[in-house]
Amino acid sequence: MGVSARHASSCRDDNQLTVESVSKKFGGVTAVQDVSIEVPRGDILSIIGPNGAGKTSLLNMLSGFYKPDSGRVVLEGQDITHKKPSEIASLGVARTFQNIALFRGLTVLDNLMLGRHVRMKAGILSSVIYWGFAQKEDIAHREAVEEIIEFLKLQDLRKLPTATLAYGLRKRVELGRALALEPKVLLLDEPMGGMNQDEKEDMARYILDVNQERGVTVVLIEHDMGVVMDISDKVVVLDRGKCIASGTPAHVQGDARVIEAYLGMAKSGGQT
Amino acid sequence: MSSEDFGFLLALLLNGASIGLMYALIALGFVLVYKATDAINFAQGEFVMMAGLVAAAVLGPDGTWLIVAILVTLAVMIGFGFGLERVVLRPLLGRPVVAVIMATIGLAAVLRGLTPIVFGSATRGVPLPIGDDPINIGPASLPPIQVLGAAVAVLFFLAFSWFFKKSRMGVAMRAVADNQQVAQAMGINVERYFAIAWAMTGVVSALGGIIWGNMLGVDIQLALVGLKVFPVVILGGLDSIGGALLGGVIVGIVESLAAGYLDPYVGGGTKDFAPYVLMILVLMVRPYGIFGRRQIERV
Repeated sequence: MGVSARHASSCRDDNQLTVESVSKKFGGVTAVQDVSIEVPRGDILSIIGPNGAGKTSLLNMLSGFYKPDSGRVVLEGQDITHKKPSEIASLGVARTFQNIALFRGLTVLDNLMLGRHVRMKAGILSSVIYWGFAQKEDIAHREAVEEIIEFLKLQDLRKLPTATLAYGLRKRVELGRALALEPKVLLLDEPMGGMNQDEKEDMARYILDVNQERGVTVVLIEHDMGVVMDISDKVVVLDRGKCIASGTPAHVQGDARVIEAYLGMAKSGGQT
Repeated sequence: MSSEDFGFLLALLLNGASIGLMYALIALGFVLVYKATDAINFAQGEFVMMAGLVAAAVLGPDGTWLIVAILVTLAVMIGFGFGLERVVLRPLLGRPVVAVIMATIGLAAVLRGLTPIVFGSATRGVPLPIGDDPINIGPASLPPIQVLGAAVAVLFFLAFSWFFKKSRMGVAMRAVADNQQVAQAMGINVERYFAIAWAMTGVVSALGGIIWGNMLGVDIQLALVGLKVFPVVILGGLDSIGGALLGGVIVGIVESLAAGYLDPYVGGGTKDFAPYVLMILVLMVRPYGIFGRRQIERV
């Protein structure tokens, strides 16, 4: 318990996801350095910071795309640091991507059904041998997907190829695909990036609903401070790969180092 | 055009189309692998040769054990596809495309070199119980193997079209082809789908080997039919199942027309390069093929 003792917190046992002093270098560049984060079950935790602060690298380590050079990622007591992305997904961690990453040639419905992939029990062989089982299962999956379609108001788009959709809608479909996995933990990489104010408000509403009604723990990277401060239970601030502050939105907003990181950046004109 | 001339043209077209569908059958194997894994398989012809050799060896000169031979060939080629993915291609995952291309070129050389050692270098037959009497379709009289080969190609085309559009596995395979990283985030085991794609290519190659083996006889030369894959897939688009079919038919017809109309003037041989001339022309106009996915690369 040497590591956890250093990051002791009052609700240690109820952390769903724990990042224990992870570091990641790319060549000579340190993307993430000794970052520890505790994500309490059922919280919305936002990771903020200037561009290049290491936010997406951190998220990639949570979802298994990057392997940390040191440190651990623990999901519900299980070390997932070195698991494959597909294994982490099947443990109930879903994610969206910074640049929309829908399967372009496929319809909205196919994209959402692919989100169900880890929930599909009928294996390749059994679905060949007993087609009926796979068929029956498909109906159940389709029902789960229909529920998400209704939740995200995508009814009219089912059969459309995703490439034809407007930007905001594609972001919403991507959220839907992640929800189709029935995640315990949802990782969202700039879900409101590039959206207008109305779209942002819709998305914030959906994220809150997902969190409150479905009890999904959310880890969010977002640039829009207004949204972050509104919906987050906890905020973690990264700057140049290091965690410089974490706590409630109010606490973080008042932190001198956070202000400096953002003001310093404003001076150099690097961030909008 | 007199009716006799028209009959001649029609016969050339039908003959070309049926041969072309047989090319398409082999090209389907190539497209499957490219579609799912982005790998360009330069050993497709050698796959077909290997399948032909296995089929010929099991069948023997009399062709007694037909069903057994088909099953054994299928099993060997599926196993070969799985094994190849596991042993050669998986370690190359994430490497540049050129690495995979070189690996398949190397594999082709190894297969051509090893097969005479294992199977001997004599040309063998793949006797099939389909008779020798030509089948008359309109003005064309086609060898039965061409009709069988065309039918098998169409059958595979229908099966694969259904598979990629409707089946869960096929849709997942398209997802893998579209974006491996995102597919992984969906919990899709990308390596497994790569293996399945190679095994499917094994199935196509098994049938291709039996059919082309019957038509041309089986020896190391059989691998040369693999060269026809390139104009076919360039015309049709590297990743399009329907494109492979149409590309095959076009290549077959171009060959047949060249043989019928040009060869008498120049003394023969035009059919061997005519498809490549067409291929180069297509590359200049539509580099992604007639049905290929138009790639938009963003930086």
